[in-house]
Amino acid sequence: MLDALGLESVDDLFADIPAPLRASPLRLDPPEPEQQLMARLSGLAARNRVELASFLGAGAYRHFSPPMVDQILLRGEWYTAYTPYQPEVSQGTLQSIYEYESLIAELVGMDVVSASHYDGAAATAEAALMTCRATGRGRVLVSRAVHPHYRAVLRTYVDGAGLDVDDIPLVADGAKAGTTDLEALERMLADDARPTAGVILAQPSFYGLLEPMAAAAQLAHAAGALFVAVVEPVSLAVLAPPGVYGADIAAGEGQALGIPPQYGGPYLGILACNDSLVRQLPGRLVGMTTDTDGKRAYVMTLQAREQHIRREKAASNICTNQTLLALAASVWLAALGPHGLHDVAALGAARATELEAALAEVGVARVHPGAYLNEFAVRVPNAGAVHRELLARGVLAGLVLGEAVPDEPSMADSLLVCATEITTSDEILLFSRELAGILATSPASGTLVGVPA
Amino acid sequence: MSASGPRLQPSLFELSKPGRHSDKVPHPPKDALDRLPPEHRRQQPPGLPEVNEPDAVRHYVNLSQLNHAVDTGFYPLGSCTMKWNPKVNEWAARLPGFAQLHPMAPDDVAQGTLQLLWELEQILIEVSGMRAVTLQPAAGAHGELTGILMIREYHRARGDTGRTDVLVPDSAHGTNPATATMAGLKTISIKAAADGGIDLDGFRAALGPQTAAVMITNPSTLGIFESRIGELLEAVHAVGALAYMDGANLNAILGRFKPGEAGFDVMHINTHKTFSTPHGGGGPGAGPVAVNEKLEAFLPAPRVIREPDGRFRLERVGERPTSIGRMRSFVGSTGVLVRAYAYLRTHGASGLAEITDDAVLAANYLKDRLADSGVFDIPFPGVCKHEFIASASSIKKQTGVRTLDIAKRLLDHGFHAPTVYFPLTVDEAMLIEPTETESIETLDAFADALIEIAREAHSDPETVKTAPHTAPVRRLDEAGAARNPNLRWRPAVGDWTPCPD
Amino acid sequence: MVPGDLRYTKDHEWVRVEGDTATIGVTDFAAGQLGDVVFVDLPAAGKTVEQFATFGVVESVKAVSDLYAPVSGEVVEVNSELAGNPELVNSDPFGAGWMIKVRLGDAGQVDGLLDPAGYEQLTAEG
Repeated sequence: MLDALGLESVDDLFADIPAPLRASPLRLDPPEPEQQLMARLSGLAARNRVELASFLGAGAYRHFSPPMVDQILLRGEWYTAYTPYQPEVSQGTLQSIYEYESLIAELVGMDVVSASHYDGAAATAEAALMTCRATGRGRVLVSRAVHPHYRAVLRTYVDGAGLDVDDIPLVADGAKAGTTDLEALERMLADDARPTAGVILAQPSFYGLLEPMAAAAQLAHAAGALFVAVVEPVSLAVLAPPGVYGADIAAGEGQALGIPPQYGGPYLGILACNDSLVRQLPGRLVGMTTDTDGKRAYVMTLQAREQHIRREKAASNICTNQTLLALAASVWLAALGPHGLHDVAALGAARATELEAALAEVGVARVHPGAYLNEFAVRVPNAGAVHRELLARGVLAGLVLGEAVPDEPSMADSLLVCATEITTSDEILLFSRELAGILATSPASGTLVGVPA
Repeated sequence: MSASGPRLQPSLFELSKPGRHSDKVPHPPKDALDRLPPEHRRQQPPGLPEVNEPDAVRHYVNLSQLNHAVDTGFYPLGSCTMKWNPKVNEWAARLPGFAQLHPMAPDDVAQGTLQLLWELEQILIEVSGMRAVTLQPAAGAHGELTGILMIREYHRARGDTGRTDVLVPDSAHGTNPATATMAGLKTISIKAAADGGIDLDGFRAALGPQTAAVMITNPSTLGIFESRIGELLEAVHAVGALAYMDGANLNAILGRFKPGEAGFDVMHINTHKTFSTPHGGGGPGAGPVAVNEKLEAFLPAPRVIREPDGRFRLERVGERPTSIGRMRSFVGSTGVLVRAYAYLRTHGASGLAEITDDAVLAANYLKDRLADSGVFDIPFPGVCKHEFIASASSIKKQTGVRTLDIAKRLLDHGFHAPTVYFPLTVDEAMLIEPTETESIETLDAFADALIEIAREAHSDPETVKTAPHTAPVRRLDEAGAARNPNLRWRPAVGDWTPCPD
Repeated sequence: MVPGDLRYTKDHEWVRVEGDTATIGVTDFAAGQLGDVVFVDLPAAGKTVEQFATFGVVESVKAVSDLYAPVSGEVVEVNSELAGNPELVNSDPFGAGWMIKVRLGDAGQVDGLLDPAGYEQLTAEG
């Protein structure tokens, strides 16, 4: 090619970089042949401990994934394609996104689902911005029982846009302890000087509790605000969907739908709304249409909302979506079907019941009295130290809440634990037995009397 | 199309037959949900399709055949860097130690991934010539927002609160102005100079105490290295503003130009472009952001820390109060980053430099072949970097055939089309990026096809205007799709069968 | 084709004044530049528009354009047909594709607009 270009050296092609701006040499290791690279990567992967009996959820959930899911995902026609800019040679991707939108719309019971966002947290932040655009108001209320990472991302995004976000406190005690305080919400909504655009609650909450979604939606609507539900999609097989309890927007993390935890991503941000809000919805949408022969076909649509056309006036700067993860979720849902999905959710609930009983038997009780699906907090004296000791005994005992949410003192000395359909009775037995052993020998247990509940 | 070729598929919902399934998980006990309060229970089950494994697998395999992909053919989509995606990357990301690691797992459990992430940061620091890197952003646009929010925080922390403007060349990706808006800042669009490059006078006139940042893509979206960048960066810093580099075109400058050394303050890197992580049909990407010492304190939390004893950990909640906060949940798109790490290790220092050399060589070769043919306009005929612009402006005037038609006709030749009508500043633009992984035979075949289509535009314009003719579908009714949006399948009520047990 | 009874903006809106009512739309030149119009976002009746400020947005498949009011005034009627049939902007821009009617505040504003000859010249220059 150099000859064809009449050049002596490839350096001639870089003569346009002014000499003072030319790079210093790259100080990196030499190239590594594939065999050596694979040994290196195997070694690194082996340094992670994934063989533990795990009760960790907290926003990312382990589920059974039928082998057919990953075998579909490994087809190069899926994963080495790009955004379907030329729809005539991208009907596979386009139809798969349309079907994803349709499947999630069924789960959430809403009209429109975006082709996906980065993750549940970013989708929730975009939902908050949608409520501000739709209402022309500048304040968002978010429950303190929404995942702390989501609340942090919300703060980053909302602050970026020059809007306000306020936390809705939790009920301190009684039968509703740990759920969102609706009386406080009502007071906050009554602040006419700072009208509220959107109210955000999660179902189930970060603490695993079932929240009063319908009542919160009613309060929001009465104050002229929109209601955003942060949902966990597997739970929607058995829990009332956002479309039924009056949510205007649903956001959530789709990782549970057949996507491995892989230390945080890539994940699948679900964002759905009703028809009236479709023009406020950021990100890609795929619709059904016909070709010039009248054949059914699919295409990216309503693109004039997006950054490549609207530039500084776009609803969001988002440019990609998580197509391959949306495909994973779709294939997973197709593999399981409605009955399989129901069984996954119900079996997780059953395992969690078993876990609650096993922990109660060794004297470890739930923090909150309210209903939960498959995740709950338990009070454990000296939780951080106990968690570390359990790790040494092969148990990943959920999340140490005192470290994850240090701004929630009522959650000190507690662990957030979860069970899914892949949790086994043997693992539950191991957890409760080892926990009992540690608590029996721990001098710390007596020192924690008086910690506020 | 042959009878065995790709065929359009019915919707997954149309394949559904009540009761059809393959057993995947055990049945739960009947009383599993009895403890849930009735008001929280779902009354009407979701209308999900009921299919068995063969139905579902055939559906998705047949659908896959309707796609053009890097694995099936040349994909010269400018600004997207559709290079080969090495298969070892997929193997690496699926190692159970990486794939099954929970994102909230304690640091002790995650030492392998934490070490990989830390090493990846060091490599990207070296490539970018910057001081520090965050791996958190989930895509390029997400990285842009991260970078601009850090710049805003930098000014704010200095009590310099009057900076509201972000200067962006008019050839920029739409994400640049959209990002400025998301960060609560105002976009000032600066027209390009006559040679397509930065107009220094235009920038100088717009720079001032109100300027928060400039956002520059280098090489530009025209595939041209911005040779006046040194003077521009001086002018930017002289007024106290910071310089953001959109790293979309990093593939053209590896080992040749380090943005940090040249004076940029922050840049993002698209791992799905430069570092071969697959595009996945539109995502996932990953958009690490590299910064210099001015911005390090503001990086998103948590960062990966290497302790003096060689162990790795994540920053604790609230450990670094100067951070702009979180951009997403958890640590980042680690599964994507594992692939990028594998690629960077494969190539090493010499390999990365070769990537850029070969990518730029391929683009110039293709550009010269098209220029020599004399049938396309080449608005910027000098040396290009990894991509270049051809225009069908003359062809359109002579024949009425537009760039869009040529793009569609390319599909009949088995090639994906280039990026068309971008950048917006060039009439009838085609942005062509061959990447370093294509052979000279492929480049020649593509040039031949383009030249043949240009001739066909004269001899038989109707065939070009109605292309594609051999793709799975013809041109689509996009106006109809937007006027009456059909955005979801609506399954008939009652399709669902109650659970047999 | 530039109707002789209208006045124009350089942003390709037209206005027809009848008594104190001004009917506003976009020209066929603008509709042609946009391509197939798929959505028109208009202010509700009762809102006021300011001369040369944006009053709405028109979208085609691959473009979007702000609408600038040729005159100031209160919106008295909105063409509700456009919600379901935005293609009227393409097929009949000066007729059924009209967008809003406003109660004219200052009739003198019309004098500052382009006359048909001036607008024709503008579009001829491209």
